[in-house]
Amino acid sequence: MNEYILYPGCSMEGSAKAYNDSLNMIKGILGIKLNEIDDWNCCGATEYVGLNLIPAYSLIARNLALAASQFPANSTVVAPCSACYLNLEKADYYMAERPSLGTKVNEALDAGGLHYTPGSVQIRHLLDVIINDVGLDAIKNKVKKPLSGLRVAPYLGCMVPRPDYQRRWSDFEQPTELDDVLKALGADVIEFPLKTSCCGGHMTQIGPETAYELIRRLVSTALEHKAHIMVTVCPMCQMNLDAYQSEANRYFGTNYHMPIVFFTQLMALAFGKNPSESGFGMELTSAKDALAHISSEVLPNTPNVQNKSEGLPMPSARLRKKPGK
Amino acid sequence: MGEYSSINPRIGVYVCHCGTNISSTVDVENVRDWAIQHLSKNGVVVSRDYKFMCSSLGQEIIEKDIKEYGLERVVVAACSPHLHEKTFRTASEKAGLNPYLTEMTSIREQVSWVHTDKKVATEKAKYLIAGTVERIKYNESLEKFNVPIDPNTLVVGGGIAGIQAALEIANAGFHVYLVEREPSIGGHMSQFDKTFPTLDCSACILTPRMVEAGTNPNITLLTWSEVVNVTGFVGNFNVSIKKKARYINENLCTGCGICWEKCPKKVIDEIFEAGLGYRKAVYTPFAQSVPKYPVIDHENCTFFQKGTCKACEKFCPTGSIDFEQEDEVLNITVGNVILATGYDLFDARKVSNYGYGRLPNVFTSMEFERLSNASGPTGGEITLRDGKTRPKTVGIIHCVGSRDKNFNNYCSTICCMQSLKFSHLVKERTGADVYEFYIDMRTAAKSYDEFYQRVLEEGTLFVRGKVAEVSDAAREPHEIGKLIIQVEDTLIGKQRRIPVDMVVLSIGMEPRYDAKEIGKLFGISCSSDGWFMERHPKLDPISTMTEGIYIAGSATGPKDIPASVSQGAAAAARVLDKILQKEVELEPIRASVDETICSGCRLCNNLCPFNVIFFIEDLSITRVNPALCQGCGTCVAACPAGAISGTGFSNQQIFAQIDGLLMDI
Repeated sequence: MNEYILYPGCSMEGSAKAYNDSLNMIKGILGIKLNEIDDWNCCGATEYVGLNLIPAYSLIARNLALAASQFPANSTVVAPCSACYLNLEKADYYMAERPSLGTKVNEALDAGGLHYTPGSVQIRHLLDVIINDVGLDAIKNKVKKPLSGLRVAPYLGCMVPRPDYQRRWSDFEQPTELDDVLKALGADVIEFPLKTSCCGGHMTQIGPETAYELIRRLVSTALEHKAHIMVTVCPMCQMNLDAYQSEANRYFGTNYHMPIVFFTQLMALAFGKNPSESGFGMELTSAKDALAHISSEVLPNTPNVQNKSEGLPMPSARLRKKPGK
Repeated sequence: MGEYSSINPRIGVYVCHCGTNISSTVDVENVRDWAIQHLSKNGVVVSRDYKFMCSSLGQEIIEKDIKEYGLERVVVAACSPHLHEKTFRTASEKAGLNPYLTEMTSIREQVSWVHTDKKVATEKAKYLIAGTVERIKYNESLEKFNVPIDPNTLVVGGGIAGIQAALEIANAGFHVYLVEREPSIGGHMSQFDKTFPTLDCSACILTPRMVEAGTNPNITLLTWSEVVNVTGFVGNFNVSIKKKARYINENLCTGCGICWEKCPKKVIDEIFEAGLGYRKAVYTPFAQSVPKYPVIDHENCTFFQKGTCKACEKFCPTGSIDFEQEDEVLNITVGNVILATGYDLFDARKVSNYGYGRLPNVFTSMEFERLSNASGPTGGEITLRDGKTRPKTVGIIHCVGSRDKNFNNYCSTICCMQSLKFSHLVKERTGADVYEFYIDMRTAAKSYDEFYQRVLEEGTLFVRGKVAEVSDAAREPHEIGKLIIQVEDTLIGKQRRIPVDMVVLSIGMEPRYDAKEIGKLFGISCSSDGWFMERHPKLDPISTMTEGIYIAGSATGPKDIPASVSQGAAAAARVLDKILQKEVELEPIRASVDETICSGCRLCNNLCPFNVIFFIEDLSITRVNPALCQGCGTCVAACPAGAISGTGFSNQQIFAQIDGLLMDI
């Protein structure tokens, strides 16, 4: 049983409840124990760091300081939310890189009797932990109901693989981790070109037209690749595509219906949980029809049409080395 | 100083201005006056400064002083000894002073070029000079060694640079061993269809040279072979070459081709066809291969992997298939070595935003070379990955992996011209529209810019800007099914999305993946980018810091064909010069063992990089072969008993130099 510190973040208790519920369903199956930081606070989401640096970093660092004080040295903090993950990473990285920032942040923390030394905890995203610590073979072994027949667009969003301070991901632009997990569940994973493109973030609040266009691109490209469903690791991506899809439809006069769910929901489903236990039904763009594509039989893997063609061979898929390693 | 003050030879100190190179940062006159005033008690009897000490007038000053003042030691404070040690030692010799009694102090590379504060720089120059003055008292007169030069030459790498070098030497009447790792010589040039800017057929101009190299009686061609060990020094290198098993009896094989016709195993050819075509498990890379004998690829041969097949053996009319053949090691002696080991191509998969390996119709420049080659997988038809469809629009992206701080900082020099050539070929063969995406156009060589003008007139569309992304995610209906190139057109200051059918990535050149190991094998170093390092980048680009090892072609940095050929020829000329001198003068800097102190611990035995330390079992002591020692000093530093001393670098000299450096100035 691998133990981690959990930093849930605000969205897990609200808009991303499906993420939270499905994570609770699978964590035992995967053999991971998550110990929540006591008295954690909001990470400041995407705006605050842009507005006021020292308070923003102090807000984030308070969580790191709490984690470091409540758990053994060099423990790993797991963040399921991409924005939380990026903020925690950012604070840890810049407090070390700019010692004057570190000093000021620690002055602020001192008011609450706290202190954070950068590097005292490891910060990792939930997907990273699942793929690298649990591993694809262990995931495959737990699959009871393969998701064959379900065409899935893996959508990571922009905040996980970039800027990737610790070089944890396979690529900045086209990382394959999410694809690999979904393939292990037996799903038919499409080659989704926009897997790290922006969902619009908080532009839905301050410049909705911009956000609608970004949402339209994502949804229409997923449809072009004949995806039944999009899968994400990020509460913000999920909310924007799910809740604002109808707005975008209204704005462009389109009629898209592309459900988007969390990868943990599909894991729970594949591990034999029923849809409601897996957090389905909470999405605004219903995934019910998409789930109907899952056939109970395991179909033979349909080979990639382009690779098997009569034409010229594709470049060999040499293993991508992690940059900087 | 105490214990050393007993000897006081007469010393002259000469401080060079090097134009303003030194004098702008070091107060040369002040150093000159200080030397005579402050160091006279240390033996300095004359000190002078001069604008250019290395000029003939400067040298004459030294020569005159040696005679007039009866100088016994000369210290020249100027540039690095790499540049002018020989100049000043020769001048001293002319005046009757043993050359090893003249030393240089570098106050340019180590002082004026690296400091800005004149006061501090002047002081540092003084300390360094004081160190040399103290040290030089203990210099001894030394005599140079002369050793005969073996007239045979080793050329490593059978690309165009190596072929050129081998032919020049062979045609002058001397023997060459030409070693090539692949089954055939020819190198990258044999993969190309046309060469820029003349559009000569690459094979037409290359294959006659290959045949010449294959038939010249002075060339021993060793293909499918690799150098595994090198010992010795200039004039006398001992080289071990592994001849990998071909599984073909070369004495019987006629190169008829029945074996590869009958071989049932088809393999993607990652090397010659750049992954775009197939070969058999028994193969020659291409029709005009030299030598004509094929090789059996052990890893893919059905017989070697599964134990049955032997189709090739069954059909071979001369019985030349030999599954029992083993690797052989050939030991040869050569006087000089030319390394022309070439380059690798940048792996375009690393720029994941350009989609190579993911998007089928993104090609690399080498794939395009094969696609456009009449003997390539499509017979010279330029098609999409389906092997049938002709593109209507093609985008060619420059500088992929080059001039990019994420990958390689340097310019690969050939990509602009190569891309222009592709443009011309696409237009000629398909009539498609072509976009070239460039950062800067670099067409600086004979007739290159004229070719650029020609391609401009042919109607190729040039977009200045670094491409952000190649994607198949359409935003607008007209983009569906296309590859969309997203780029900032910096000439109009706007973002553009240009849909095309085919993308060609002009990938840069990189050092060979094992260049560092090869460098180590031959005792030469690589630059920070990984290319072999020249003795001098401008004035001696084909020599290395190791005597007798020369470099040519793209192993020293990205080069086009004319530059590679020139370097091959230049390296050959240098080797011929050495061979014709019949002997080589070696520096007398040597290590020697004081056998009364040596305890026989053998610590030094394995440290010698030249393997010239021998252990004498009977006497339980170690000896250094003085003719083979290169004077590197490793054993001197390692000897726990202090039994080994290096000529010119004795403990006495080193300690005296330290005393000098710590002197009150």
